[in-house]
Amino acid sequence: MSASDLARVWPDATLTRVPYWLYQDEANYHAELRRIFEGPTWSFVCLEVDLPHPGDFRTTFVGELPVIVVRGHDGSIRAFENRCAHRGALISLDDHGTAKHFQCVYHAWTYDLEGNLTGIAFEKGSQGRGGMPPEFSKAAHGPRKLRTAVVHGLVFASLCPDAPSIEAYLGEEILGRVARVLRRPIRVLGRFVQALPNNWKLYVENVKDTYHASLLHAFFGTFRITRLTQGGGVLVSPDGGHHASYTIDRAEDRSSTAYRDQGIRSEHQDYRLADPSLLDSVEEFGDDIRLQILTVFPGFVLQQIQNCLAVRQVLPKGTGAMELHWTYFGFADDTPEMSRRRLRQLNLVGPAGYVSMEDGCVGGFVSRGAAAAENEVSVVNMGGEGTESAETRATEASVRGFWKAYRRYMDH
Amino acid sequence: MASADPSRVARLNADYARAIDDDRLEDWPGFFSESCLYTITSADNHREGLPAGLMYADSNGMLRDRVSALREANIYERQTYRHLIGLPAILGEKDGGTLTETPFLIVRIMRDGRMDLFATGRYLDALVEKAGVLKFRERIVVCDSSRIDTLLAIPL
Repeated sequence: MSASDLARVWPDATLTRVPYWLYQDEANYHAELRRIFEGPTWSFVCLEVDLPHPGDFRTTFVGELPVIVVRGHDGSIRAFENRCAHRGALISLDDHGTAKHFQCVYHAWTYDLEGNLTGIAFEKGSQGRGGMPPEFSKAAHGPRKLRTAVVHGLVFASLCPDAPSIEAYLGEEILGRVARVLRRPIRVLGRFVQALPNNWKLYVENVKDTYHASLLHAFFGTFRITRLTQGGGVLVSPDGGHHASYTIDRAEDRSSTAYRDQGIRSEHQDYRLADPSLLDSVEEFGDDIRLQILTVFPGFVLQQIQNCLAVRQVLPKGTGAMELHWTYFGFADDTPEMSRRRLRQLNLVGPAGYVSMEDGCVGGFVSRGAAAAENEVSVVNMGGEGTESAETRATEASVRGFWKAYRRYMDH
Repeated sequence: MASADPSRVARLNADYARAIDDDRLEDWPGFFSESCLYTITSADNHREGLPAGLMYADSNGMLRDRVSALREANIYERQTYRHLIGLPAILGEKDGGTLTETPFLIVRIMRDGRMDLFATGRYLDALVEKAGVLKFRERIVVCDSSRIDTLLAIPL
């Protein structure tokens, strides 16, 4: 056994020190796909509004498992592996579409909308010769089926029969935080994919990291969209895996000089927008929460930044790469004025976002900075050692919560 | 109409590309009329009629804000673009402007020397003449791919 194999243990009985090999080790990565993404967790796969009619489908991934999500003839949404039972080719080669059935292009094996194998080309052979053995059972062969669940218009899927119900998985508090945003029928405004040069966990940690937001993102701080001196906090689910961070608009916070006093880069007193209509937001959820970032373990994000709404799907692509699939949305009953407001505020997020462009590169900075540090550890100690919800965002409780859940699934 | 002359449109695009590639971003909003629309989207979104952009500016002030944010607020590694802009197709006239479509290819060069084919696509433009100068009243940047590598800082 080599020295590096010996080092593959969690360094201490604490969540405040995270070893860098977790982002680099190939065997660990494959274990994550099996134990987490294909394990007793739920992965976001699409929006319910993406599949309005029977036969409508989208293809996506659960971890690296290719899946087809489809609305059946009975109206319910199902998901199955996008892998032909015959030789393993992709069954669907489209991102989305409408199908009466699915047919693999390789040898024309056919599947119904539930993922059942229904037809085999030349099953009886040709002119009495060849064909499949008579005892071959189509019912016993098919792509793996996933469980699906729809929560406030979000479609989740799980490969694991042992996963708890989606409601039990999310818990009441996180469900409530999802419900406060997704109260009306959704209208999709656009979709983009961002390819990130880092391990998927670095992005998930970044989203959960309430400490960095106003420090890394000067745009946030400058316009007081979120500052650590503002009201707000972070809610961490009991198992640690899910979180919701939020800021509340309080007039008294606007005069705080804490950032200037500490010489923090993100405060530029003389920086003003030529067209402030970008920041013309309205209260639409009735609770003065200006910003809410919510994650569901392992890789789902629901974002409300003022009136700028999006879901993000984290897809791992090897130890050092991932894709972030953004779906921007508003509501079906938005007025033209509200739609325009959302389109303007979408400048804040996505690959070119004023406040999120840095999130696209910071994971790469860590990957490169820690390239030779597999046996070193990062420090996750802000706000102590715990994973409890807090009435401050100057804490890394939700990042520690992620590692708490991660270690449990991985048995680290 | 003089503005429909392809050579004038090609010259405007050449000047536009040089301003961005030479890091004269402060000159970039000047290629647009005061009331304007600049968005970056993908062929898929454009085909489906989905309106969201990666960048979305519906005033010249928002273009200037994009530049000042890049200069003052946003963090991104030093990088430059090389635009190769093809010949414009003149599509017609609408609301007193000339509609054109022009293909582009953009290579991104990072500070460590890495070069990537960063974006290809087409500019869907509405051009107007202001005091003898052609300006973009509308520039819809339709990228062929929906996939952006790492981040999109500098405008396309």
